[in-house]
Amino acid sequence: MNRFARLSQLLSPLVAVAAAFLVGGLVVTAIGENPFRIYAILFRGAFGSIDAIGLVLFNAVPLIFAGLAVAFAFRAGLFNIGGEGQLYVGAFVCTLAGLALGGLPAVLLIPLLILASAAGGAVWAAVPGLLKARFGVHEVINTIMMNFIAVGLTSYFIINMLREPGQMTPQTSEIALAGHLPRLAGPLSRIGIPLPQANPLNFSLVLALAAVWLAWYILYRTNLGYEIRAVGMNSQAAEYAGINVRRTIVLAMLLSGAFAGLVATNEVMGFRHRFLDNFSSGLGFMGIAVALLGKNTPLGVLLAALLFGVLNTGALEVDIFTDVPRELILVLQAITIILVVVGNEVFARRAAAREGRAAGVPLPATEPSREA
Amino acid sequence: MSERHAVQMRGITKRYPRALANDRVDLDVEEGEIHAIVGENGAGKSTIMKVLYGLTPPDGGEILLWGRELSGHRPADAIREGVGMVHQHFMLVDTLTVAENVVLGAEPVRGCCLFDAAASRERVRQLSSEYGLSLDPDELIENLSVGLEQRVEIVKVLYRGAKILILDEPTGVLTPQEVRELFVILRALRDAGRTIIFITHKLEEVLELADRITVMRDGRVAGVVSAAATTKEELARIMVGRDVLLRVTKEQARLGEPVLQVSRLSAVGRKGSHVLEGIDLEVRSGEVLGVAGVQGNGQTELVEVITGLRKASAGSVTVSGRETTNRSPRQVRDLGVAHIPEDRQARGLVLGFTMAENLVLGRHHREPFSSRGLLSLGDIRTHAERLIEEHDLRPRDPDVDAGHLSGGNQQKLIVAREFDGGPALLVASQPTRGVDIGAIEFVHTSLLKMRDQGAAILLISAELTEIMTLSDRIAVMYGGKIVAEFEGGRVGEEELGVAMTGGAGPTARGSVSSDGAPGSRHATGAR
Ligand SMILES: Nc1ncnc2c1ncn2[C@@H]1O[C@H](COP(=O)(O)OP(=O)(O)OP(=O)(O)O)[C@@H](O)[C@H]1O
Ligand SMILES: [Mg+2]
Repeated sequence: MNRFARLSQLLSPLVAVAAAFLVGGLVVTAIGENPFRIYAILFRGAFGSIDAIGLVLFNAVPLIFAGLAVAFAFRAGLFNIGGEGQLYVGAFVCTLAGLALGGLPAVLLIPLLILASAAGGAVWAAVPGLLKARFGVHEVINTIMMNFIAVGLTSYFIINMLREPGQMTPQTSEIALAGHLPRLAGPLSRIGIPLPQANPLNFSLVLALAAVWLAWYILYRTNLGYEIRAVGMNSQAAEYAGINVRRTIVLAMLLSGAFAGLVATNEVMGFRHRFLDNFSSGLGFMGIAVALLGKNTPLGVLLAALLFGVLNTGALEVDIFTDVPRELILVLQAITIILVVVGNEVFARRAAAREGRAAGVPLPATEPSREA
Repeated sequence: MSERHAVQMRGITKRYPRALANDRVDLDVEEGEIHAIVGENGAGKSTIMKVLYGLTPPDGGEILLWGRELSGHRPADAIREGVGMVHQHFMLVDTLTVAENVVLGAEPVRGCCLFDAAASRERVRQLSSEYGLSLDPDELIENLSVGLEQRVEIVKVLYRGAKILILDEPTGVLTPQEVRELFVILRALRDAGRTIIFITHKLEEVLELADRITVMRDGRVAGVVSAAATTKEELARIMVGRDVLLRVTKEQARLGEPVLQVSRLSAVGRKGSHVLEGIDLEVRSGEVLGVAGVQGNGQTELVEVITGLRKASAGSVTVSGRETTNRSPRQVRDLGVAHIPEDRQARGLVLGFTMAENLVLGRHHREPFSSRGLLSLGDIRTHAERLIEEHDLRPRDPDVDAGHLSGGNQQKLIVAREFDGGPALLVASQPTRGVDIGAIEFVHTSLLKMRDQGAAILLISAELTEIMTLSDRIAVMYGGKIVAEFEGGRVGEEELGVAMTGGAGPTARGSVSSDGAPGSRHATGAR
């Protein structure tokens, strides 16, 4: 990739974000508010205090996992739309294990629950993976269907069988204390960062950063990653090279689902400590947007998730201190995504024209890149 | 020939990040001439044509068509001024007819908005007979041979009013007979006043067809000569900068043990008919078996079955005494089978991978390129640097994406990879398609060296000279069967040509249905 293309890869999301804020500002003006005031409040809400920054990170963590799930599958040429279902199953399995294995010490229980979360997501993603590999059924249909099944089933079990005794809220009891991920407030204040004790930011942030590194490492440093990328870019050549395409597809889906399942480390192990029915409300789908904005690279996912964390956190403040409805933030996010996709296409075409080949890139990162 | 210039390109410069593809190139093409562009792989031939057609904007220089400066650098601008490109990778819709394909995108209209099918057919028939293309407007594309598909592409360009036709390596995929027919068409076009620019690596073709020749080297014009006043040797010398052996010599084969044994092999195609029927073959260590045949007579399928990419319906394949029938491509590869596939972009390369990554494709899972599931980036890189050096791949940079290499360098990359590592059996399909004469010399000598070191080589080529120079024995395929076998060096091009068409006529595509019994009267030595 040449320098121009590389630069545009970096620039196009930034330009898109700027444009999105501009359009968002127009919308704010249209409903009779001062956009500068609103944006000032939004950014104060996200960056105004250590507490606020902690919240931004806390909101970003599940999006990192969900975004990695989509981006990872994309490298194998698969659209995993099923992050939502996979994270529900991951959280469900994690909760069950956390309820059942109360006797274990934290050093055992925490790793076990992390594995349980990943395994739950992996199994759920493996089903559409197998159906694709075995029968060639398109994964988009089956991942969506698996979403409905996951939401319905977990809901059914929580309401009818696992509901916390004596409670109306559709949620399970708390998992064993040894399975709680510690909050970061304690360790951070010891090194001089005064994050309030009430801040929900927890150790799953560290896990999320590790997952970003792991996704990059698998894709670019392992045999499996080489095969995944080969299958994603040219499955005929992969087959020619002796790569087992079906096996690679299933493995890529498994790993993708595992990343989605890890959302539970934040939602269950780090924050709620239980399974609350319908807790996600679309985290899995936001993951698609995050991956798109992050151009399906692990590092890009991290940055995009942080941006969404800022928007989500600032939205609360806007909601509290102004008459601008919180929904406007959703509008802003949607506009950002649309502009990124459009902007990327425009850049890609220009770069393609310079390189002398045909454009027409369906999604940002079909142009493979080796950067993390 | 008029003195008017159809094309004048002045000081065209095109810089890619790792290559100066065109360095102040001047190109003059007179109206009504056939102008050839020759040069080594990566010399910048395709790039200068892409600039002319508006596919890529130049960094500097100007383009004049009939003396007027071309405004705008998009294909639409070039097409408006009468420039047409006959694409190498045909862009035709298989399920539409010839006429429908030709008018696609510029359909004649009846009334306000009705597709005028009769008018399109008429127009295609007219263009076709005017230049002797013999195309049936109502035939479906999927029933056409490669040569005929190319003619559809030519008519497409003519239909859009092209006065200047660009053909980038048009003969690479054609049989010798199809090449002759193409030349007749191109001459007819020239005589009707059209201007033709074509790129090729085959110097005989250049001397036979072209009026003038521009030779490119390292992004520059190394010379412009008139075809009447030059020779193959001189052209080669200007291109490469040294004398080139235009024919390799080979020793008598020293035969060893059988390596590839194919017996009674059959395979069934998509429509349930036999694409291979009862094939018997044997290739010994130290031997080159050439398979000749018109494209589409089962060669592709034979190679796919041998390399594990397609299932056999009956019969068996063994490699070095081990049964490999219907084994996976990896199992076959791991027995020491290397494979140069016929279509480099479809199978042979991952275009988004770097040269280094592509150079280990198929062996990436083995030592030293990976151990315990981890890639050894250092070894992969050293390997790439060595092969780039040995095979003179350009640019000399393992980090360049394979998709950014010139066509010939992509082919050379695959050859380099598959030659390396001392395979027991090399299955080589069209190994020199698109590579320049210097590189052909290199590929041919290396292939014979491998043979002399004991490799068994199955060579599939549409290039009869290639088959005849390299093969110790030649098998001819027609209609999914082996219809004739000859000793190498004991058969003429004519005789081979007749066997290849099953005696049915020059452009026929062999029938691949089970009941089609192709010309067995030529089956002199079929086993
Ligand atoms: N899209 C691209 N990006 C980067 N470099 C390119 C690109 N296309 C071509 N090049 C480089 O430009 C140079 C000239 O390439 P070009 O395709 O014009 O060669 P060519 O003369 O047509 O060779 P061949 O005979 O192999 O087809 C090569 O070094 C090639 O690597
Ligand atoms: Mg070329």
